[in-house]
Amino acid sequence: MEAAGTPQTEAPLARGEGRPEGPVAAALLATGVGSLVLAILVVIAEANESFATSLAYSDRVGPLSGKTIWAVVAYAGSWAILAVALRGRRMNLRAVAVVTGVLLALALVGTFSPFFELFKSD
Amino acid sequence: MDLSSREFWALVHGILLGGAFLVAFTGGLAGFYSLRPELITAEGLSERIRRLSIGTTAMAVLTWLTVIVGTWVVYPWYREDIPDSPRSTLLANADTKDWHEFAMEWKEHVAWIAPLLATAAAFVVLYYRADLVRNPLARRIAMGLFVLAFLIAVVAGVLGALITKKAPVT
Repeated sequence: MEAAGTPQTEAPLARGEGRPEGPVAAALLATGVGSLVLAILVVIAEANESFATSLAYSDRVGPLSGKTIWAVVAYAGSWAILAVALRGRRMNLRAVAVVTGVLLALALVGTFSPFFELFKSD
Repeated sequence: MDLSSREFWALVHGILLGGAFLVAFTGGLAGFYSLRPELITAEGLSERIRRLSIGTTAMAVLTWLTVIVGTWVVYPWYREDIPDSPRSTLLANADTKDWHEFAMEWKEHVAWIAPLLATAAAFVVLYYRADLVRNPLARRIAMGLFVLAFLIAVVAGVLGALITKKAPVT
């Protein structure tokens, strides 16, 4: 047991040490999936007015209600599925972070109004 | 000094939740930054992890509450199909229509990415807990998610404040 006031000097965890990365990978990838689903719905709803209308589950909120509900369903659903699939697995967390970063970058572009308004239906 | 119900909820969305969010972010960021082996002792570690867990979880909860209240309570008043709703007011004038078409359209969508990121950051902290100090990659990933969630919330918050200045929900 370390004495009080002694800085932590244990070496960083080597690959394969510590808790398995699978559950964290599931959380990261689900974040990317949920965000990208939101962006895809935003772009399609902009391009197709009848699709946008079909997403208006609430008259007061309009199509934003459906876009956000489905994005959250995709997020929670993909997290649940990936959590089961990757439970206890060793993963390359750096690669998972890169994939998640790409999904997030696409989502940020897709939800940027000057971008999705390029697809606006006449 | 009276606030209407709509002004009250706009205040809850923008100031109360937003202010608490800022506090949670500041605490969380300080926690991440100081979570390095050379900066903490064994006794300090458990206290730091507890504070970081609370900070990141609080930020995730506050981000969810902010987007839910914003979308389901305040936004319907903004977009009401009546001539003096904020949306109608902004679109009626060529000088202000970009506040809706650029700012509000961006804000209402991108804001929903923030709670997903904040939740993932909190999960990484709660999953690894004390191991975070010896796992620099996981710590950097959690911090990246946390900061990105904050930056997105800042974009949405600043745009919301500017839109409210132009056409408040009353």
